[in-house]
Amino acid sequence: MSIASTFRICPTTGLKVDRSAENLIKANAVVAVVFLLIGGLFGLSIALTRWPAVHLLPADWFYLALTAHGFDVLLAWIIFFEMAVLYFASAVLLNCRLAAPRWAWTQFGLMLVGALMANVAVLQGNSSVMFTSYPPLQASPWFYLGLILFAVGALIGCAVFFGTLVVAKDEKTYEGSVPLVTFGAVTAAIIAVFTLASGAIILIPTYLWSIGLISNIDPLMYKLVWWGMGHSSQQINVSAHVAVWYAIGAMVLGAKPISEKVSRMGFLMYILFLQLASAHHLLVEPGISSSWKIFNTSYAMYLAVLGSMIHGLTVPGAIEAAQRARGFNKGLFEWLRKAPWGNPAFSGMFMSLVMFGFLGGISGVVMGTEQINLIIHNTLYVPGHFHATVVAGTTLAFMAITYLLVPLIFRRHISFPGIARLQPYVFGIGIAGISLFMMGAGTLGVPRRHWDITFADALTSFQFSPAAFLMLALNGIAACMAAVGGAMYILVVVWSVFLGRRIGDTEKVQLGPATGSQAAAAVASYGNEGTLKIPGTVVLVGVFLVSFILYYYVNWKYVAELWPLK
Amino acid sequence: MAITPPSERIWWKEPIHKVELIWVIVAFLWGLTMFFTMIWWHAFGQQNMSNEAYRIQPFQYAEKVDKMIAEHTVRQEGAFPVVKPPPGSDVYMMGRVYMWWPMLELEKGQTYRLHLSSIDLQHGFSLQPLNINIQVHPGYESVMTITPTSSGEFGVVCNEYCGLGHHTMTGRIYVVDRS
Repeated sequence: MSIASTFRICPTTGLKVDRSAENLIKANAVVAVVFLLIGGLFGLSIALTRWPAVHLLPADWFYLALTAHGFDVLLAWIIFFEMAVLYFASAVLLNCRLAAPRWAWTQFGLMLVGALMANVAVLQGNSSVMFTSYPPLQASPWFYLGLILFAVGALIGCAVFFGTLVVAKDEKTYEGSVPLVTFGAVTAAIIAVFTLASGAIILIPTYLWSIGLISNIDPLMYKLVWWGMGHSSQQINVSAHVAVWYAIGAMVLGAKPISEKVSRMGFLMYILFLQLASAHHLLVEPGISSSWKIFNTSYAMYLAVLGSMIHGLTVPGAIEAAQRARGFNKGLFEWLRKAPWGNPAFSGMFMSLVMFGFLGGISGVVMGTEQINLIIHNTLYVPGHFHATVVAGTTLAFMAITYLLVPLIFRRHISFPGIARLQPYVFGIGIAGISLFMMGAGTLGVPRRHWDITFADALTSFQFSPAAFLMLALNGIAACMAAVGGAMYILVVVWSVFLGRRIGDTEKVQLGPATGSQAAAAVASYGNEGTLKIPGTVVLVGVFLVSFILYYYVNWKYVAELWPLK
Repeated sequence: MAITPPSERIWWKEPIHKVELIWVIVAFLWGLTMFFTMIWWHAFGQQNMSNEAYRIQPFQYAEKVDKMIAEHTVRQEGAFPVVKPPPGSDVYMMGRVYMWWPMLELEKGQTYRLHLSSIDLQHGFSLQPLNINIQVHPGYESVMTITPTSSGEFGVVCNEYCGLGHHTMTGRIYVVDRS
């Protein structure tokens, strides 16, 4: 087999692209988008049911839709897309052939079968146990089996990724160390192995329990181990979307990390500490000591939060340095004002960065504080938080990089560029609304996963404040806006991929103002205060820190007003 | 660039940018502050989760609840007995599909040992509008010391999904001024 038959040379980047890696990236990305569509529709129907004036679905359908929504977007959309990111960050960025493409297709097949099995089980109506499936609530065995197959498939994908790294090293397809983006992907894959192993450890006995071979699953143990998968898998997303931020900064603006050492340290913190996050779900559980809770919920003194705060500085810092090197030097923020806001890859990425930090990051640390969790646990604040991290953060970042993957990997021009330009704003603002209004409702005590907060059918009633109902209505409106943004994304991407204008084999693609050879040269060497000033970023992170501190202590004040409890 | 190998092969010996170094130190110190705030609140704050919990068979817990109801019921409200145990005593609330059982009447400013458990699935004890939320597991009985400092009628809703009737699961706690 000659090299020419399996590789093509990318005319834009000069990288050698392995055809089998390319096909796998395409397959995983397409299936991911299909699940985004299905899961997104379930999500919209949930928001419209919560909106008291609409109250769309009957109760049983509401709980079914919630279960399906959680699985389809939180697992299927994101992990299929992450498989594409892993293959891209290994085979494509390292100029290398994909190790074991047959195993990679096994990954794809198993994950697809697992996802369909879980969906069918949920749609049959006897597995409305929520995405978390806490025992003793029991789903159909097919639900657990689907999850297990899905997890095994993803595990195989990680193995192919690691194999590709070994092949690249062995065949010397790159010089020196792996690129930062690949390093981020390695972080994601290492956490994924931990995550999927936790999933297997708890879901296999749960499956055996559902078919009657095991008599009892301890609910507390289940929660501890299940969240080793459930929460840690969100840390895969964090690592992957931070890697995507760096990748978009590099591809669109030629941004180079301020210093490789600090950025890589940030990723290393994730590997070392993020797995402790299972504790976030156990802060108000019986039988767990406070010292265990405090140590684990803070990721051993907030060391993983430190990792994210590092990226919060280095990602915009690298962009600022690149922009200033290109001459946007006036004042504090000319670099930001003159950034390519009409380029959906950049605007999506930057909104993802800001919303992940301000909405998702701060709310996450606040609610993960042992005592503050008392006023937040299982309220709508929780989905408010994770829609800011997983949707505004991860999903928006993945949408943004799609606008680069379509021309580079699918070799098609983006169709409807006008719609594409607006899409990140419509989706981003919608999702910011969803997050904020759910957090607002949660602060007022509205429970999550609840069909009717008027308690019309309950034996004894409770009246929530009118503000809570207003929040739910606003949430419904924001969800409609996000759904429009999601539909715009799917229209643009599906149309481009299947019907878009083809890009010729030698045609270069303009990814951003800095595409091409001058990009890398634009930024001076790292660690050099003299050539590299980032005052605008310093102001941004300063604003972030002040908001963080204020919001943190405001919540302590709320806790201090509760009935004394010990 | 971030998508190419580092241009300096020995990147780990490059000096760190001053801004990065300062930010890492500031962020680390903020993390330590948050960490010690939690510990500090255990020493000086009034609101902390109890570490007291016991394993218990659901039927045993139901027996304890029944005993309290038999001894201290003061009136009936619909299907619910309203129970008013003496201040300082043990009070029980039980989660089951789909009610918080029974209703309690407590005195403002008095301290009680509140026991929570479930006899079937997991439930979420959510006291509103105070917004105190505690997870309730079958097989585990958690005990906390609680001092109502405001009087009135408080709703208990369930905020852990427990089946198709989850949204109908409610209960009530009355807090009355000291007689």
